[in-house]
Amino acid sequence: MSASDWEAVVGVEVHLQLATESKMFCGCPVRFGAPPNTLVCPVCLALPGALPVPNALAIRHAIRVALALGCSIHRESRFDRKNYFYPDLPKGYQISQFDRPFGYDGALELPSTSAFAGHRIRIRRVHLEEDTGKLIHDADPRQSVVDLNRAGTPLVEIVTEPDLRDADEVYDYLRELHLTLSYLGVSDCDLEKGSMRCEPNVSVRRRGATELGTKTEVKNLNSFRHVRDAMRYEVTRQIELIESGGSVVQETRSWNPETGRTAAMRAKEEAHDYRYFPEPDIAPITTSEAELDAIRSELGESPAARRARYLETLGLPSEHADVFLHDPAMAALFDATVAEGADAKAVAPWIVGDLQRERNERAERNASTDVLAIAPASLARLLALVADGTLSTALAREVLTAVLDSGESPDRIVEERDLAQISSADALTPAIEAAIEANPRAVEDIRAGNDKAIGALVGHVMRTTKGKANPALVNQSLRERILGA
Amino acid sequence: MSSQRASTPDESVREISRAVRDGERSAESVTRAYLDRIDALDDRVGSFLTVDRDGAVEYARKLDRRREAGATLGPLAGVPVAVKDNLCTNGLRTTCASRLLESFVPPYDATVVSRLRDADAVVIGKTNLDEFAMGSSTENSGFQPTRNPWDLERVPGGSSGGSAAAVAAGFAPAALGSDTGGSIRQPAALCGVVGLKPTYGRVSRYGLVAFASSLDQVGPITYDVDDAALLFSVIAGPDPHDDTTAAPTATNGSESSPDADRSDLHGLRIGIPREYFPDSLPEDVSLPVRAAIDRLRGAGADVREVTLPHTNVAIATYYVLANSEASSNLARFDAVRYGRRIEHDSDSLAMMAKSRSAGLGPEVQRRIMLGTFALSAGYYDAYYGKALAVRDRLRADFESAFDDVDALVAPTSPLVAFPLGSKVSDPVSMYLCDILTASANLAGIPALSVPCRDAHPLPVGLQILGPRFSEERLFRIGRAHEELSAAPLPRSPIAMASAEGDAS
Ligand SMILES: [Zn+2]
Repeated sequence: MSASDWEAVVGVEVHLQLATESKMFCGCPVRFGAPPNTLVCPVCLALPGALPVPNALAIRHAIRVALALGCSIHRESRFDRKNYFYPDLPKGYQISQFDRPFGYDGALELPSTSAFAGHRIRIRRVHLEEDTGKLIHDADPRQSVVDLNRAGTPLVEIVTEPDLRDADEVYDYLRELHLTLSYLGVSDCDLEKGSMRCEPNVSVRRRGATELGTKTEVKNLNSFRHVRDAMRYEVTRQIELIESGGSVVQETRSWNPETGRTAAMRAKEEAHDYRYFPEPDIAPITTSEAELDAIRSELGESPAARRARYLETLGLPSEHADVFLHDPAMAALFDATVAEGADAKAVAPWIVGDLQRERNERAERNASTDVLAIAPASLARLLALVADGTLSTALAREVLTAVLDSGESPDRIVEERDLAQISSADALTPAIEAAIEANPRAVEDIRAGNDKAIGALVGHVMRTTKGKANPALVNQSLRERILGA
Repeated sequence: MSSQRASTPDESVREISRAVRDGERSAESVTRAYLDRIDALDDRVGSFLTVDRDGAVEYARKLDRRREAGATLGPLAGVPVAVKDNLCTNGLRTTCASRLLESFVPPYDATVVSRLRDADAVVIGKTNLDEFAMGSSTENSGFQPTRNPWDLERVPGGSSGGSAAAVAAGFAPAALGSDTGGSIRQPAALCGVVGLKPTYGRVSRYGLVAFASSLDQVGPITYDVDDAALLFSVIAGPDPHDDTTAAPTATNGSESSPDADRSDLHGLRIGIPREYFPDSLPEDVSLPVRAAIDRLRGAGADVREVTLPHTNVAIATYYVLANSEASSNLARFDAVRYGRRIEHDSDSLAMMAKSRSAGLGPEVQRRIMLGTFALSAGYYDAYYGKALAVRDRLRADFESAFDDVDALVAPTSPLVAFPLGSKVSDPVSMYLCDILTASANLAGIPALSVPCRDAHPLPVGLQILGPRFSEERLFRIGRAHEELSAAPLPRSPIAMASAEGDAS
């Protein structure tokens, strides 16, 4: 049998650390990189008698995530305890959600730019829980130590149905999810720092089969590319295992990016019975229709809606649309400039090309100017000056640099530097005459039918007018004067 | 030392705080008088695990200095209060009577403790209990049994046995206890003092080491109802550190004003739950309780029989829920961050298991195992799930009873104080001590135990139960019960003994 007789079945759990000021159930700050055990209090240390009080902003963030992923929202949600012993889990249970998560039954559609365009990946649930602490094994040769700074950090968990069939589809799902989440402003979504963590589970089955195979879960994936590579590896490993007469063991495996392989971490057979039960220390959380409406109104435009607007409504080429989708600051400037009346297709290359180049140059010289802070009205005006022939593209670039440096309006800079294009035939006459006088040879060539010879004359006019002459007008005037046409 | 008159155990919280506020007595002299009594007599009773002699005197002196500087002291000015040792006290050892927490010193005060301090009370020490409040006799303490001041060969009840015994012995005019299935009311009944289990959510649990979170409440233990009401007013109220605290949503019926005739009960409907007077109820309990009910009727109360049909399943329901929650609540005692650790070479999970096996007593381990079982996959629906459903029925029982009556009256405990050691080998008979009290915890309603003054020779408690947030009504009935009693407020033999040691 060949690999094409098999299909992969993948579901993904994503944990997202919320960017709240304080932890999920206490007032300790959420911060990365502080000295160990300095961001702790009786609650997150699980001292005797301490009680959790839920962070209202974290709940709001979780509901935002759920709504952005098209989930239904439980009007009465609640927290549950997930019981297990581990040194990084101070209470001996994690406060999580079991059968009343904030969101359920959502979906994320893969974008038109994906090879899997239109696939709807169903979201089973979106729930809120608290992060654990961190075990540190190399600080002390004799024993492991624990840092509880991270303990109690709010985490949103997003769980898909096993709807993904291909490593590239998993990759595209995660990219679209990342984009969607980053639009919400609820997390920095940084995989390397661990603020977004992906745990795919994967099984294989013969094409056409309906029941699911035995799955493995893969951890230690800190980039989407790792996820894709690990999925490819794991699918091949499972197929080969089964085809050689073996069977897949349900277990958690760790991805090693150096070797490009996964290795067993711990068997799920001894899986914990987590003994979930409703958290008695926290009252059930009710969310009214009015509160939901308020949260919905804060959501803003989704990446999917923005993509459709750029590609379909405004007709941008996909490379421009893509830059804007992933760069909210550029997108904001683009939208604002269009709102000032600029033509969308004309403004996009200026932002993606010229402004981006200015941004890079300034970054290189460590200049503090934020080029995207340019007034949208200025940018729109600059484009208008190009459109009406006042500025050549080359001069417009010079004006743009000056606008960025000085903060002055384009009109002011054009006036100050006397950069306006000479666009009236009368004003050009002296320069035209001078060019003809200075290049009798070229004039003869033109009359003889050598059209290319006009270049020397145009160049002469441009030099005498310091580049301000409108090249089209120069061309036309020269022809009229020489050929009498 | 102070030339002022020493405290005697006859004084109420109200008298002490008034005298200290008015400058008739210093907080220090009051505190020292009680400390002297504890030093002289508590080795017979064993009510304290920790006596904060230096801290209490220093705190009392600070109060005196503040008063001398012109400050008006709070409602518990200079009142020594004994605090059950499952309530966290900043800088003062808090053990829960467990070997595992033998040297645990909290870095923070429980909300109730800080409210006591804000009211200018003096925390005098930490009282004994059944380990983690699991028990009904205070014999399950990891350190020592507590004895009943009325008869030193008998138990004080539990789990707040140390607090009830301390008040009954005159070691403190007031104490705090915690009540999960009767742990304030039953020892109050067995020691002849007043104990209140407030409405669930009325008093903060922040800093109360949790036994069963959905049932636990902190409440006062005092000589009389007025003192209980005063302490309750200090500790009650919403707390931002406890998400389950709540403010009363509406007043429950009209309560008489303080200056009305305290023994007039006209217009009040009192229900007698049939199930709380089984044929097996011994006469030494039933007679004083029935006599008290007759007096309430005589004072104008409309007394009628009511039924709470699910009472027979309350105790089983209680133990499933309480042990389930306890199995999770006690998971934090893993010796990783605090607590006595038994080192183990192989791994941290083995270290946790060894430390827990060594540090937790047999009754605590039994309950953790029962609770773990009740929550485990395949058994959840049959045990925990069913218990939740029965709990709803029990609540409904009370709701329909309170459609017809304003309050219920019953015995607090089916037994008077029993001899030490008589039940320790039979956990189920010990569990049945909670049979008349656990329903109030399951329903989340308040209940007050008040001594029947004519009970003899051992104290008997009259239990008064009301709808949620009806504490004021319970106090009113309790006060009437006190007024209507012909006998004076009884004192235990230890309370009658002087610190100089003339008791025998
Ligand atoms: Zn904290």
